[in-house]
Amino acid sequence: MGNGVYRRSFLKTAAVAATGALAAPRLSLAADARTLRFIPQANLANLDPIWTTQYVVRNGALLIWDMLYGVNDQLAPQPQMVEGHQVSADFKTWTFTLRPGLKFHDGEPVLAKDVVASINRWMFRDATMGLVIKRQTDALEAVDDRTFRFRLNKPYPKMLFALGKSSTPSLFIMPERIAATDPFKQISEYVGSGPMRFKKDEWIPGAKAIFEKFDGYSPRAEKANWLSGGKRINFDRIEWQIVPDAATAAAALQNNEVDWWETPSSDLVPLLRKNPNVAVDIADPLGNIGSFRINHLHPPFNDVRARRAIQIALSQEDYMGAVAGDDQALWKTIPGFFTPDTPLYTENGGEPLKGKRDYELAKTLLAEAGYKGEPIVLLVATDVAITKAQGDVTADLLKRIGMNVDYQALDWGTVGQRRAKKEKPSEGGWNIFHTWHAGADCVNPAPYIALDSSGDTAWFGWPKSDLVQQKIGAWYEAPDLAAEKTAIAELNKAAMDHVVYVPTGFFKGYQAWRKNVSGVVKAPFPVFWDVTKA
Amino acid sequence: MLSYIARRVAATIPVVLLVALFVFSLLYLAPGEPAAIIAGDQATPADVDRIRASLGLDRPFLIRFGDWFWHILQGDLGTSIFTNLPVSHMIAQRIEPTVSLMCLTLILSLSCAIPMGVIAAWKHGTWIDRTVMMTAVLGFSTPVFVIGYVLAYVFALRLDWLPVQGFTSISEGLIPFLRNLILPAVALGLVYMALIARITRATMLDVLAQDYVRTAKAKGVGQRGVLFVHALKNAAVPIVTIVGIGFAALIGGAVVTESVFAIPGLGRLTVDAILRRDYPVIQGVVLMFSFVYVLVNLGVDLLYTVFDPRIRY
Repeated sequence: MGNGVYRRSFLKTAAVAATGALAAPRLSLAADARTLRFIPQANLANLDPIWTTQYVVRNGALLIWDMLYGVNDQLAPQPQMVEGHQVSADFKTWTFTLRPGLKFHDGEPVLAKDVVASINRWMFRDATMGLVIKRQTDALEAVDDRTFRFRLNKPYPKMLFALGKSSTPSLFIMPERIAATDPFKQISEYVGSGPMRFKKDEWIPGAKAIFEKFDGYSPRAEKANWLSGGKRINFDRIEWQIVPDAATAAAALQNNEVDWWETPSSDLVPLLRKNPNVAVDIADPLGNIGSFRINHLHPPFNDVRARRAIQIALSQEDYMGAVAGDDQALWKTIPGFFTPDTPLYTENGGEPLKGKRDYELAKTLLAEAGYKGEPIVLLVATDVAITKAQGDVTADLLKRIGMNVDYQALDWGTVGQRRAKKEKPSEGGWNIFHTWHAGADCVNPAPYIALDSSGDTAWFGWPKSDLVQQKIGAWYEAPDLAAEKTAIAELNKAAMDHVVYVPTGFFKGYQAWRKNVSGVVKAPFPVFWDVTKA
Repeated sequence: MLSYIARRVAATIPVVLLVALFVFSLLYLAPGEPAAIIAGDQATPADVDRIRASLGLDRPFLIRFGDWFWHILQGDLGTSIFTNLPVSHMIAQRIEPTVSLMCLTLILSLSCAIPMGVIAAWKHGTWIDRTVMMTAVLGFSTPVFVIGYVLAYVFALRLDWLPVQGFTSISEGLIPFLRNLILPAVALGLVYMALIARITRATMLDVLAQDYVRTAKAKGVGQRGVLFVHALKNAAVPIVTIVGIGFAALIGGAVVTESVFAIPGLGRLTVDAILRRDYPVIQGVVLMFSFVYVLVNLGVDLLYTVFDPRIRY
């Protein structure tokens, strides 16, 4: 009898357990529809969008914090937290009024003093526009709870674009106590007024980040369009799952363990396309521009002739084929610095990048520049597919034009450190490294840190050209689109002539999602509002 | 015995501290630094310098080491440069997945490997022996990530029996916990199983040739008794030694397995920290692993006394 009792008891327990396991899928269907599972482009290791300029942090921040203005798909800034603004005829006094009823996640109202503190913190870190505005600001003050004002000593017509730009660091509005944090130290509280709260208690850095719907958010009435309009979230939870292995991420998407993958690698896209439950499309129409970054401080590339040698020998087809493969929908050659298919795109001055490549002329130019076979230090981050591909093509290119290549295979962390060194290449410095720039950051000179040619204070490579700086200034002062186009055309030529850097081509990437998810749009960042799941 | 244990535990402290000094020095000398990664690509060189200074990374080696060491003595592993979270908190978040994976791997691999090795030794020279050894060679020579991909493809994508990735805590149910861990445990365990099976077979062959085994058979002890009571017990010491040494390989394999199956364990935490140069996390995790490894070896030494009564401390 004893054994029979135990056997019956065991069977009963097993039946209950099995039933529970089987029942779980049905019960979780309703819950699943309210949870969006997303694989982001990189690990979300921190959440301070001012302290770091990483795009993945900005993308997470877009859920937690709102912005004064948000760009639409034409990159035109539209009021978001702001109800309206007034600007003086001389563009020196800007007065903004906040929308009523804006609340932070802790229930506190969003006040003008919070905005002032947030702007101050952002200005300190934004080298492209924020610092420029800061230098031109006589006063930034909260006039009352909903109104704040800039008083500038110099006109700044691009103010709205600055306040709403999506290039990092973007301006996010935080409570004053958080925005008071030193801009070079991380915030420790993630309280915003955006459509979602960050669940810090469930955050496992490197593994998952959870965002929960904020019921106190009041979206604008307009239809959403990128960062403008009403940000309506149709989920209770958005789970960011960090999946470091691309093959695993592809399998997880096919197996319905995740809903949306921000950056599938292009070699896995054909596999995903075969799955009837998975949709694949271009992620960001503004794409990216590959960069052959040159050190202007040391020979041979301190001589413009040596830089032009690279320009006339470099084949953008080779680079883009290595980066994006055979899929011609993903890349194009661009004899310019600005993002194609945008209002300011120009090819003025881009002749050196067009037509047949001329290795002999390149060799001649190198000889004229005094190159005598010294090793060219090429830093290649081999742990990043895009930079590895570009680096390999460059090594081949340099050899074809008779240069002695010192190919240094490193990881991105080491490249990040080495590229900051101004020492000679033979003393730990460098001659060339590769990276790429988001197309959204290359639509005009404002966020385009890589075009700055101010010399010692410029971005890595330290190009110096007074003409380029003059043309950048001309764009800032351009009163209308026609004037901007003229300024950009001249800037493009000046930057080409000086070979600030060499663009290696324009390329896009894919995104993939389950077909029961709808509302996924093409944008430079994942747009979660208006996305639904059946 | 207790005093022996106390002495061994006390002896781990200088070992662990030496490891800490070694790792700290290596990190200091290694190229790359976190400031550039933190700043991101859009930051200026001046920004990177300011961040480096704010993190104290421009201080001399001795000051940095002294500061860190002083905190260690107070039980403070420091704060992650990137996440601003305490290192101990980050480790605590990741312990359950890694311990779960390693325990399940150990259970699966030992429960398969030891019988396999015993049977191979018992049937030495037959097709059974050769099959077992071939399986062991395959398990040993196939990279963990390849096994992982194949398992995920077959059992998750094609058969839809198990999930591809992720981890479910045991507190959320035994079935979901096992469903997430079975494939990674098998992938990781195959290598371990191969190693232990081979050692078990080799040691058993040696023991089965001993006089006392012949005597046991002559006394009429059944085959099971000979193998598992007389022979295996005497073969246990080298097997336990290999299990202990292989633990280090298991930790290394866990890194790959956790990446392939997206398990939020300590292995991935370590890799992420190394790639980002998150020094406090690297140092904290290495300290912890070295302490655990020393304790594992102590456990192995103590187990000897269980299997061989002649060994006494």
